[in-house]
Amino acid sequence: MTPQRLKLHAKALPMKPSSGRVGTRVSRLVVYLLLIGTSICFLIPFVWLILSALKSSDEIFVFPPVWLPKHWEWGNFGKALTALPFARYALNSIIIAVVNVIGNVVSCAFVAYGFARFRFPGRRILFMVLLATMMIPNQVLLVPQFILFHDLGWINTLLPLTVPAFFGSAFYVFLLRQFFMTIPPELEEAAMLDGAGSLRTFFTVVLPLVKPALTAVAIFSFQGAWNDFLAPLIYLNDPSKFTLQLGLSQFQGTFHTEWNLIMAATVVVMLPMLVIFFAAQRYFIEGITLTGTKG
Amino acid sequence: MKMKHREALLGYAYISPWLIGFVVLTLGPFVASFYLGFTQYNLLTAPKFIGLQNYIHILKDHDFWQSLYVTFYYAIFSVPLDLLVALVLAILLNQKVRFMRLFRTIFYLPAILPPVAVAILWNWILNPQYGILNRFLGILHLPQPQWLVTPQWTVPSFIVMSVWGVGTWMITFLAGLQDVPRSLYEAAVIDGASVWKKFWYVTLPMISPVLFFNLIMGLIGAFSYFTQAFVMGAGYGGRGAGINNAGLFYALNIYIQGFTELNMGYASALAWVLFFIVLLLTLLVFKSSSLWVYYGGEKE
Repeated sequence: MTPQRLKLHAKALPMKPSSGRVGTRVSRLVVYLLLIGTSICFLIPFVWLILSALKSSDEIFVFPPVWLPKHWEWGNFGKALTALPFARYALNSIIIAVVNVIGNVVSCAFVAYGFARFRFPGRRILFMVLLATMMIPNQVLLVPQFILFHDLGWINTLLPLTVPAFFGSAFYVFLLRQFFMTIPPELEEAAMLDGAGSLRTFFTVVLPLVKPALTAVAIFSFQGAWNDFLAPLIYLNDPSKFTLQLGLSQFQGTFHTEWNLIMAATVVVMLPMLVIFFAAQRYFIEGITLTGTKG
Repeated sequence: MKMKHREALLGYAYISPWLIGFVVLTLGPFVASFYLGFTQYNLLTAPKFIGLQNYIHILKDHDFWQSLYVTFYYAIFSVPLDLLVALVLAILLNQKVRFMRLFRTIFYLPAILPPVAVAILWNWILNPQYGILNRFLGILHLPQPQWLVTPQWTVPSFIVMSVWGVGTWMITFLAGLQDVPRSLYEAAVIDGASVWKKFWYVTLPMISPVLFFNLIMGLIGAFSYFTQAFVMGAGYGGRGAGINNAGLFYALNIYIQGFTELNMGYASALAWVLFFIVLLLTLLVFKSSSLWVYYGGEKE
């Protein structure tokens, strides 16, 4: 028995006398069994995805299906990625996602700071309005927004997918405001006394303190833009302007029976999000935690 | 007085990006869509005012009722099921288990993936003949539904898939659970509370605000469910909405009306009906919340 286990028992003992020890051990076993069982269920789709991507065209249609391919078709990835201009799609997706990150981080930081720190007439009502906009299903705004961008001549450009980010997003403003509220105003007052203007104080004193929250906003807006499907679907017609998500959806339509190639393309489209997730898991979790519980 | 003025001006300056965006990208379109709901408009000629005709047509429109049925069916099952799974997973993770981070990563991972990729993967998983899910069901000697290939199993297919994506909710529940003060549990133990009673009288009230938040977001999400419906429905049925429109979700119907058939006036009317349904459900949850959501220090 490891020391850690012993410690757990020592803690549990005073709470649950006599029969508790067996009960605790059994219930811990149940907890682990449930966790492991569910984990396997959650992982199987990934395993199935990767193994399917590596099967040959014959093997993908074997009944009953088999797990491991006899011949590992690494060429599937190359075949899938050259069948459609995926490099072009990836470039478009990256441009859109990066511009969204910049736009959202900058605009939401300003707006959130305005709501958190300044008193002005209508502040409470405007903040309520901001929160209320989160509850409008975006289908309600879709048609008029499309007409607006159509009249501006922005259809089939990346503008409708990037420009709105510079006007803030309710969810991120809310998240950042929660962070700003935790900073003691004395810090800013000290900087102001030293003669720094509001903007300078904001950039040199306040923003460095909320770096984790800014990172969370950056990650969420990257994820939002990268994963978005509806807006690119509506605004982009020209295949050279497609994003990865549009391209993948079209790939499925074009190669609808070549599941090995479709799965190979799916793996590739998933990869960037997976990499970002593993690099920045902490920020994902902190960001969600903050919006979910402090609401 | 002057300071106050300056502060207010600065405040407005800071929030101006959102204020402008709100007027141009939210309020404007919101009002415009209300007006468009009373017009016939195909983007090419000017909107023609037709009074209540769109709304009268909605009542007789078979697609509308079908989409309403599909969406309610999905929401009624997927939202409670997903919340329950998320809560159970969070409770398991909160048991001071080892490898907690690893388990948390596994459960959360699917939630961050692109919905298009997830939908395509599940399209393959749910393949009645060559998919892995029916293979497992077969090994367990359970019935193997035809999933997306039959109308009656189309919505259940989406519900099954939705369970894979409960990660975000699980994280919020877990955070809520970790915020419950230990002293409450200790007090409950002294009073001789059983595990079940501890859950019912301590855990559940303490995380009810999180449950409330997730329920509202889940409902809004279910009623604007689009991407997966579009991607998975694409291969089935003539209109890409599943066999016999069995996967015609409300948002998908709006898309088809507005952007495939270019009935933008009618699509706007449909969107406003959706808005009222979501508003009504949200208000209902809000109203009921005084009965079941506990905010610390409010009661007692």
